[in-house]
Amino acid sequence: MTKSRSFLKHEMVKFILFTILILFLPLAFKGGYLLNVFVFVGIHTLLAVALNLLLGYAGQISLGHAAFFGLGAYASGILTATHGQNPWLAMAVVAAAVGTLAFIIGFPILKLKGHYLAMATLGFGIIVYIAFNEAVELTGGPSGFSGIPNLSLGGVSFDTDFKNYYLIWGMTLVTILLSLNLVNSRIGRGLRAIHDSEVAARVMGVNVRFLKVQIFALSAVISSIAGSLYAHTMTFVSPTSFGFNFSVELVTMVIIGGLGSIYGSFLGAALLTLLPEILRAFQDYDIVVYGLLLIFMTMFMPGGLVRGIPALVGRIVMRSGAGSKADA
Amino acid sequence: MLEVQGITQRFGGVTALEDVSFRVAAGAITGIIGPNGAGKTTLFNIVTGIYTPTSGTVHLQGKNVSRFAPERLASLGMVRTFQNIELFGRMTVLENVMVGLHTKGKSGILASSLRLPWQVAEERRFRERAYHWLEFTGITDLADHEAGSLPFGKGRLLEIARAMALEPKVILMDEPAAGLNSRETLELARLIQKIRESGVTVALVEHDMELVMDICDAIVVLNLGRKLAQGTPREIQENPEVISAYLGEG
Amino acid sequence: MHIGQQIAQYLLSGLSTGAIYALIGVGFAIIHNATGIINFAQGEFVMLGGMFTVFFLTVLNLPLLVSVILAIAAATIVGVAFERLAIRPMKNASPISLVIITIGGSILIRGIAMLVWGKDTHAIETFSGNEPIQLGEATILPQHLWIFAVTTVVIICSKLYFNYTISGKAMRACAYNSRAAGLVGIDVRRMVLFSFAISSAMGSMAGIIIAPLTMTSYDVGVMLGLKGFCAAIIGGMSSGLGTVFGGVILGILESLGAGIFSSGYKDAIAFIILLIILFIRPQGLFAKGDTERV
Repeated sequence: MTKSRSFLKHEMVKFILFTILILFLPLAFKGGYLLNVFVFVGIHTLLAVALNLLLGYAGQISLGHAAFFGLGAYASGILTATHGQNPWLAMAVVAAAVGTLAFIIGFPILKLKGHYLAMATLGFGIIVYIAFNEAVELTGGPSGFSGIPNLSLGGVSFDTDFKNYYLIWGMTLVTILLSLNLVNSRIGRGLRAIHDSEVAARVMGVNVRFLKVQIFALSAVISSIAGSLYAHTMTFVSPTSFGFNFSVELVTMVIIGGLGSIYGSFLGAALLTLLPEILRAFQDYDIVVYGLLLIFMTMFMPGGLVRGIPALVGRIVMRSGAGSKADA
Repeated sequence: MLEVQGITQRFGGVTALEDVSFRVAAGAITGIIGPNGAGKTTLFNIVTGIYTPTSGTVHLQGKNVSRFAPERLASLGMVRTFQNIELFGRMTVLENVMVGLHTKGKSGILASSLRLPWQVAEERRFRERAYHWLEFTGITDLADHEAGSLPFGKGRLLEIARAMALEPKVILMDEPAAGLNSRETLELARLIQKIRESGVTVALVEHDMELVMDICDAIVVLNLGRKLAQGTPREIQENPEVISAYLGEG
Repeated sequence: MHIGQQIAQYLLSGLSTGAIYALIGVGFAIIHNATGIINFAQGEFVMLGGMFTVFFLTVLNLPLLVSVILAIAAATIVGVAFERLAIRPMKNASPISLVIITIGGSILIRGIAMLVWGKDTHAIETFSGNEPIQLGEATILPQHLWIFAVTTVVIICSKLYFNYTISGKAMRACAYNSRAAGLVGIDVRRMVLFSFAISSAMGSMAGIIIAPLTMTSYDVGVMLGLKGFCAAIIGGMSSGLGTVFGGVILGILESLGAGIFSSGYKDAIAFIILLIILFIRPQGLFAKGDTERV
């Protein structure tokens, strides 16, 4: 029993260290261009954690998560810019609405498995994407929707990268903490049980169908909040940010970071957000690198960075140790 | 306790079970035996709600539970183990048993993510109960191991611990001795008797005749999808039809 | 044009896009039936067919027929290479890993196509001129006839292949039960390779015959691939007539929807149908029984 309690303590220490890292990171950037990039790392981490709950823990793929992100962004934008609603209120209402939508479509969608689930979520994502493009009067169509106000709190307007960094990372850190709690609870064990053996989970009395739908809805709610934050930070949204490619990018973040690891989601989000910046010198080659990365990671590092890097380091240390012994 | 009536199961044109009926008496150990292909595992899958039978009914404590989903049967006190052990491989041994306690808790997403005080208390209670069942099966020292890395014999014990955590009225074991060595089989026999003594009804499908004759109070023999005989171990051993069915196979 | 004439026109153009979807869908179904994989890279072979033809025609100045044959061969080689390098090593992978691998493959092929051929849209001459043919109320282009002819021939050939040749029967055996097929001496790995070869060849053919009507570019594969999948789903993942009907139904509904309602939502129609089918009849419109395809 002591061991399990020390496990929780261990998790807490990890979280505090991570929080400190995030809080002080902007000092290293000195307010430069990287700060802006890391605002997006924050949003992407939020999205990756949301998808990881579904994909990494419950083992259910979604190739349409960009839709929930987009619905959050557009609905927040429309409610605040077109209808002048309070942005915070709008964010909450929109998240609730998106969650409800996900809950309803979750029942038929999550009845499907494997490739069929992938295709159904993909289809949903594309339908929503087409609606963003076509509902011109509401969304501004392909040219986008502008004039979304910044968020503000107690007279402070979040209108700089610096302020937005702390706003978004504040939300992301809270989400990470809550997610860590969740995955180490009765619900989290139920989710992981579904992933490992659905039939055994059912025999143990886990209501598999309902739990899947619940986590799908939760994941959609978090994605919607990420969308609202994105809209208020950018003050402009356009459909291209919410298409099939971005859904795939999210799945890639989760897989590259490590399925079933909350911190892995951060690693995956950070890598995939920084990658285009690093590859900017190569211009169009980024899509090729991206495809290769996806294939190689799935083939050779199926546990993701979070498990693959320690294993790799271990192997190198072992080999160099063995090598030096052989030399001696 | 458990009453199976007129179960028939067809897969396409193949009849796997035909009009099988028997009772599992409360507080007893009932063995279901039969040559390969007799339909034993199919029968288990029907009783535990994994397959829907073509016709026939299953009653649990007088209640008609035919066509109930496995999760509903679990909350009514029926649980099973699997022939090829179905563990949650990426979770620890302790966590596996805690999944067995799933129906005993009520914390949902909100309470869990906020770690509300009563949820924390529930977790503590879960952990204590889980350790109890690990002790019951004698694998406490493995609590923090990953279940997927356990040797087969220990995995089987974990599966039993996990099932017992549900505090079932009846536990169905699908070939619990398969893949075990003779020492492990002996331990298993003792464990099954201990389970019966704790007031849980046991039904098991098994190939190991020695084990079945040793611990079972009643035996049902299936052959080619039909019930061949039912009785005490002694009656079964002396039944000429049973003997010929087995000799015919061997 | 009065309404009847219009509708006849929609039906005809729907029929020809439907034929394209059917070809792509049959490719999907062949791989799925042999391996259980939904090959998300299927659309890229459609793109490769068109792009290779453009390349052989305009850069190497080869005659049309030679270009087409070479393009099909080249796309097939890419398909085979993809199977050997990315699919075969993933023997015991989960469906999710396979989804990711094929998506990665699709991105990679598309990316390389973009680097090699650029982002421009390319046109191919129609095979037999642009003189419209009057067909009752509607007019039809010679290229449409090519589409119908090629699709019909390919579908008949595949039907003959699966029903009357040893390797076709072996492939069906693999689809039914690959372990048992292996036990009776069928080389399952070779059959999987075959399935990728056949379906990339079919996909590229679809890409070639549609290119003169719609033009082609490095990114046409995504949508065409997904529509082909819809056709296969409607057809219950059959590698025969079911998927052909699926494609035709989809093509006609799209064409009517675009003409009568709005062209913007045209692409959504396929996916709405996809969702409805997956929710209500995951075994497809034509399959008997209630085998759950999960």
